[in-house]
Amino acid sequence: MTALLVVLGAMVGAPLRYLTDRLVQSRHDSLFPWGTFTVNTVGCLIIGGLGAGGTGPLFVLLGTGFCGALTTYSTFSYETVRLAQERAYFYAVTNALVSIVAGLGAALLGYTVIRALM
Amino acid sequence: MSQEAVDSDVDLHVPAHRRELHPRTLGVIAIGGALGALARYGIGLWLPTVPGGFPWGTFAINVVGCLLIGVLMVLVTDVFTGRPLLRPFLGVGVLGGFTTFSTYANEVRGLLRPGSVPVAFGYLAGTLVSALLAVIIGMVAARRLWVLR
Repeated sequence: MTALLVVLGAMVGAPLRYLTDRLVQSRHDSLFPWGTFTVNTVGCLIIGGLGAGGTGPLFVLLGTGFCGALTTYSTFSYETVRLAQERAYFYAVTNALVSIVAGLGAALLGYTVIRALM
Repeated sequence: MSQEAVDSDVDLHVPAHRRELHPRTLGVIAIGGALGALARYGIGLWLPTVPGGFPWGTFAINVVGCLLIGVLMVLVTDVFTGRPLLRPFLGVGVLGGFTTFSTYANEVRGLLRPGSVPVAFGYLAGTLVSALLAVIIGMVAARRLWVLR
């Protein structure tokens, strides 16, 4: 049952995003959303590596389920808009650009490393 | 800065968010995350991504999820106050599990091949712009409908 793999992965990924976000925020007092940045970049690294191995049950469990729920586009976009509303324009633009560059870079890195090892 | 959250998942500048770390909070996040991810998986089966083509399924998921987080955050901040599990369940769980940054990045990576590079950058930028506009539209619409009446 493939859908069950999605559920299992997401039930771990979503609370882990919340706990990681709390932990990262407790270590700094900046307005920059380092917590969401961290989970999104790590999730991209893992899914990139998984993508090198095809799209079997492991990809559904860890890629679609776990990484899909660990990472978030809604929180990332909401934060970017809220930073702009708080007139932290530099943070807003930096968050958008750095998150996307780091996420794509991490996915490429994960894919390339696993490809090289296979 | 205001006491309104910048991070919709959890913002330790907001006192209520600082106090909400309970097993039941994590429980509703896990259940909401599973429901959101399941909906995303279902839409992915319904709108499968063609290799080299624009990933419309993930695009729609992320843009709709961003519209809804804009609506939700206005509602939990100004309308349904005093419901401590609403944001963890719907925002952190359902919408966080529904939308995905990792699949988005992985799809862009997959499109970085000769012939589909313009699609890769169109998808990369198109999602970002649409998602940010969706958050703003969601917030403005929710304020007009429920707050400024």
